[in-house]
Amino acid sequence: MITAWTASARRSDPRMTQAQTQAMRQDTAASNAFAIELRGISKAFGPVQANKDISIRVRRGTIHGIVGENGAGKSTLMSILYGFYRADSGEILINGQQTDIPDSLSAIRAGVGMVFQHFKLVENFTVLENVILGAEAGAMLRPSLAKARGLLKDLAREFELNVDPDALIENLSVGHQQRVEILKALYREADILILDEPTGVLTPSEADHLFRILRGLKEQGKTIILITHKLREIMDVTDEVSVMRRGEMVATRTTSETSPTELAELMVGRKVLLRVEKTPAMPGPEVLRVEGLRLVDAQGVERLRSIGFALRAGEIVGIAGVAGNGQSELLEVLAGLRPAEGQAWMKGAPLPLSGPDCDAQARRARRIAHVPEDRHRRGLVLNFHAWENTALGYHNDDAYNPSPWKMDNAAIIRDTQAKMAAFDVRPPDPQLKASGFSGGNQQKIVLAREIEHTPEVLLVGQPTRGVDIGAIEFIHQRLITLRDAGAAILLVSVELDEILSLSDRIIVMFDGRIMGERAPDQTNAQELGLMMAGMA
Amino acid sequence: MDFMVLVQVLESTMRLATPLLFACLAGLISERAGVFDIGLEGKMLVAAFMAASIAFVSGNVWIGVAAAVGVSVAMSLMHGLASITFRGNQLISGVAINFLAAGITVVIAQNWFRQGGRTPSLSGDARMARIDLPFAEALRDVPVIGPIYHGILSGHALLVYVALLCVPLTWFMLFRTRFGLRLRAVGENPAAVDTAGVSVVGLRYGAVAICGVLCGLAGAYLSTGLSAGFVKDMTAGRGFIALAAMIFAKWRPWHAMGAVFLFGLLEAVANRFQNIDILGVNLPVQAMQALPYILTVVILAGFVGKAIPPRAGGAAYVKEH
Repeated sequence: MITAWTASARRSDPRMTQAQTQAMRQDTAASNAFAIELRGISKAFGPVQANKDISIRVRRGTIHGIVGENGAGKSTLMSILYGFYRADSGEILINGQQTDIPDSLSAIRAGVGMVFQHFKLVENFTVLENVILGAEAGAMLRPSLAKARGLLKDLAREFELNVDPDALIENLSVGHQQRVEILKALYREADILILDEPTGVLTPSEADHLFRILRGLKEQGKTIILITHKLREIMDVTDEVSVMRRGEMVATRTTSETSPTELAELMVGRKVLLRVEKTPAMPGPEVLRVEGLRLVDAQGVERLRSIGFALRAGEIVGIAGVAGNGQSELLEVLAGLRPAEGQAWMKGAPLPLSGPDCDAQARRARRIAHVPEDRHRRGLVLNFHAWENTALGYHNDDAYNPSPWKMDNAAIIRDTQAKMAAFDVRPPDPQLKASGFSGGNQQKIVLAREIEHTPEVLLVGQPTRGVDIGAIEFIHQRLITLRDAGAAILLVSVELDEILSLSDRIIVMFDGRIMGERAPDQTNAQELGLMMAGMA
Repeated sequence: MDFMVLVQVLESTMRLATPLLFACLAGLISERAGVFDIGLEGKMLVAAFMAASIAFVSGNVWIGVAAAVGVSVAMSLMHGLASITFRGNQLISGVAINFLAAGITVVIAQNWFRQGGRTPSLSGDARMARIDLPFAEALRDVPVIGPIYHGILSGHALLVYVALLCVPLTWFMLFRTRFGLRLRAVGENPAAVDTAGVSVVGLRYGAVAICGVLCGLAGAYLSTGLSAGFVKDMTAGRGFIALAAMIFAKWRPWHAMGAVFLFGLLEAVANRFQNIDILGVNLPVQAMQALPYILTVVILAGFVGKAIPPRAGGAAYVKEH
């Protein structure tokens, strides 16, 4: 009776001080072990059922993971909890109290804080200004800023959340920006912190730091919900884990009693091979040879230094390296996107690395295909339909241009349907805009476009970045199939596991140089790591 | 140059810069909140017409000013409705307001007053009175201070001083208050404001309404302070010059004041010196009068350094995660 009154009083009086609401939350907290309970949440966007009758209970003071493939409905569910969307049906209970969350302000009042995958920060504001935005202490800024400065100092000491309060966001690293997001939530006295794919943008050491912060917060009694599709993170930090698949909650497990294999199966709904199965390569004749490749960028920095290697038919050569050591530039040069000094040969005939005949169109004519690292910027036109995207780069093909004045759009659409079927793109709708597909399906569209034109050399950058487990497995198999069909593949990836499991030979790059070459079965992550750091 | 001529030119600069200053701050506040407004011109024009007609009919200039502000705010809210609520293109909405204003003022003026699209000339209380600052007469003959205080600063209509006061007020509002922080944030990254639990739409309407008030004052001063009545197209591109000044000032209030005084000075010089001989070449009056517009082109062509507008400017906010 009393708790019901307090809950309604909290909603009806917006001027209640934070201390009062805090005290009230703890009162009600004592009576219930669950920080959050969702009952029968459903949400549809038009014909798409993003969440179907979802129920979940999150214990107070724990780290609860939510895993699922891209498009499984995790982000939608959390957006409902944060008042970004309204559920079509279902109940939200916070600390045992049924709570209505029509907007973000209500969520903040109920003690829910969210760290979005794409940060919601004002780039040219200082850290302090971002922290107080929307939660200022009064109409004037100075006292609010002073109050926040003091609080930030305490939080920094308590949770290793060190950030210069007067730094501009645009000058901070991604890891620090994320700390600002966490500080924003803590400044609003959040008890429950939701993090959506927090490590997608972080380096491994930044991710480790984040997990230390999260464990610290847990010890202080905060409840944390971690949304991710990286199983390693789930195993490392969570206490419990819930699995979502296609809008439904399929299982909840205690982390210590489950395994990555079981979780992967639950996510995908079938057995998943976390390791790629492949037969030994049968390398054929040399297809592509590069010698003395050198690239100096606009700032005069030498990005590639005398790079030389050869690629044979029917093999995958992996380029390992920490991001920013010249791998991206190497791909761009080979794909004809960037002129460089040096020499290259395709099947014995010279391949120009600069000048008028050095462009992506000319490379495709020589049957060198390219799957760019950044599919949003270079692989797709997000505002174009899927069928338009599958024609890009091959739009001058005779098959698409029966007469000189008109493209055969119907042929492209038919072709797109075939490619979508072959690569299991979901939904298989050529008329959908590229932006309407999940990351994994976007990547499949790019791969289908390049692979289905049977290239002799395929240049692939980060083929599985931001792609879910089921699609990763599919993409890896496709690359192996292409290799077995006799194509030469140059694979650039920052995921060492991917390089180790796919490659037949591994080249390690550091500071624009080739540090050495290894066979995958005669090396290990430690040795490669040292080479990638330039120490071997 | 004669010292008294300089005083006259600067005195005239004060008056000519006033409508620009109001309009420039109006545009600045709107754009800082992420709503581009090229309809400043149209709103000023409608406000000028409204101020002149209502002042003439009522015989009281302040009723005219109130009417001008009212109609200008109404037009601002129209722009808000089109671009904030219905997420239309902000430029097109602004252009529409300019066209509407150019046509409707003349048509209504002709219908009401039958003087060929102008309002009757204003006199007495229907015009803005000039205010003498305290001690202006006493200091009149003091060397240096006298001409500056009495000749340049004193003896303007009230709105001239209001415009000057608006500069520190705008600065304070933008950089020292909670409202200003949120307003700037909504122009840079509305998603940050939305997730912080603050209404993006509410803030943008607030900014657009303030913009309407300032445009109303700009127009009212134009027809009842600077001149004595409304004539067709009397804004003469001042709304666009104000936009140029705003870009020149890189969306900062104090710099905006500097920019509009530069434009006002050019206009004053053009008015004072109809013909100038420079190195034996006689510059015709048209060349002098074109100066503010030439400066506008120079500024907009980017000769004054890179001006970075608010990042979310020009786009309606659509929720996504």
